[in-house]
Amino acid sequence: MLSGWAVLLGRSFALPWDVVRTWPRFLDQLFRHGVSAIPIIALAAVFVGLTTAVQTSYQLLGIVPKYFVGMGVGRMLLIELAPVFAGFVVAGRSASAIAAELAAMRVSEQIDALKVMAIDPYRFLCLPRILATAAALPVLVVLMEVVATAVALVAASVLGVSTATFTYGFTRFVMMRDFWGGIAKSLLFGLAIGASGCYYGFSAAGGTEEVGRAATKAVVTSATLILLFDFLTAIAVFGR
Amino acid sequence: MIEVRKVSKMLAGMAVLEDVDFVVPDSGGVVILGRTGAGKSVLLRVMAGLLAPDSGVVAFDGRLLEFGPLADNSEAMEQLGYVFQGGALFDWLSVVENVALPLMESRRTGRRKAVEAAQRVLWRVGLADAAGFRPRELSGGMTKLAAIARALVADPKYVFYDEPTAGLDPITRDRVCGLIRELRDTESRASVVVTHDLETVRRLGGQVFMLRRGRLLPVSDVRKEDYEPECA
Repeated sequence: MLSGWAVLLGRSFALPWDVVRTWPRFLDQLFRHGVSAIPIIALAAVFVGLTTAVQTSYQLLGIVPKYFVGMGVGRMLLIELAPVFAGFVVAGRSASAIAAELAAMRVSEQIDALKVMAIDPYRFLCLPRILATAAALPVLVVLMEVVATAVALVAASVLGVSTATFTYGFTRFVMMRDFWGGIAKSLLFGLAIGASGCYYGFSAAGGTEEVGRAATKAVVTSATLILLFDFLTAIAVFGR
Repeated sequence: MIEVRKVSKMLAGMAVLEDVDFVVPDSGGVVILGRTGAGKSVLLRVMAGLLAPDSGVVAFDGRLLEFGPLADNSEAMEQLGYVFQGGALFDWLSVVENVALPLMESRRTGRRKAVEAAQRVLWRVGLADAAGFRPRELSGGMTKLAAIARALVADPKYVFYDEPTAGLDPITRDRVCGLIRELRDTESRASVVVTHDLETVRRLGGQVFMLRRGRLLPVSDVRKEDYEPECA
């Protein structure tokens, strides 16, 4: 299995890249896995912001100064919640879609057709998809952070934390390392999502039932890798 | 010349190919007849480097095909056109884009020239009117013709046809057979056709083999009696 992943990544990313031919395919995939995910990411962000504000207020109000709500919400969102939630949403949406699409191409011999046309299917199909999910996820995470923070700000004011107090806690204690740490891990999550989808799509063998199986495996593997990379970046970036 | 030497392949514990040994000359045609499940498509896939044999070798003009995840047979594949049984056309591209794809992606031809070449080949196979269609809008016969056009567009030396007439009505079957014969006889493109259809074998002629129980046997005169007991 590890050799299969190595072949997939090696053949997809080996130089030289044909940038001119890859670019339009990358943009197409970026639209599918990035731009098209904006509504669901925004919707998820609203609920993440609401829930985070309510939970943080419940745990901190009356114990510590109110501006700690702004700090707690900000750091939770930037370090953990936005990257992981957005990662899971994109994993459920894109890893399954990529795996199902490529598995369907595998069972209908379209990937074999590329090989006999002397077109490298890894470069043609995998490279733009993996690049697109890796490029889209950090942007979607920033979107989720912005929307969730704005919603949390409003929710906290309803719960008795003024906008000025919330903003003070947020700006005083949230550091750039929190932001960049979250972005770095989301980049890894994006790579994991695209690669999982491509790996299981390409590995499909047999009939149409393999299409569904490939999609399921891709989502499960993406989610597992997201948790693993989350832990590893927690140690690497925030470990001391 | 394509040489297939002592190729054997087991699938699900069954010997699908056993010491298959034959040569596809630079011009002329080879037709491989066999009942459904005899291993014809497996043989074609091995010959195109898509499936690794358990033993034996395949060579395109003396160059051995590589098998496995790191195999790169692009040089040999540039000489090959392959017509898949189901067409294997890409759903997200129109017919003309499907046909132009090998030129644009493999031969690095510019889009405009590739599309012009694709339109010429589509006209030749009688599918010019369907150039803008999506594969899902094509009938079975049109799909086969589009797949043939895609196989021909890069001017290959060899063309493999996997069941080119399966599921076609008699008129379309005659049209496809006529096209294959014309390409083979007038343009000297070597062809390998695998089929279960005796009528197709009769219409194509050429060097005929029968694949029976994994063995490839030369057939000088295919008679219904030779073939039909296998189906029983």
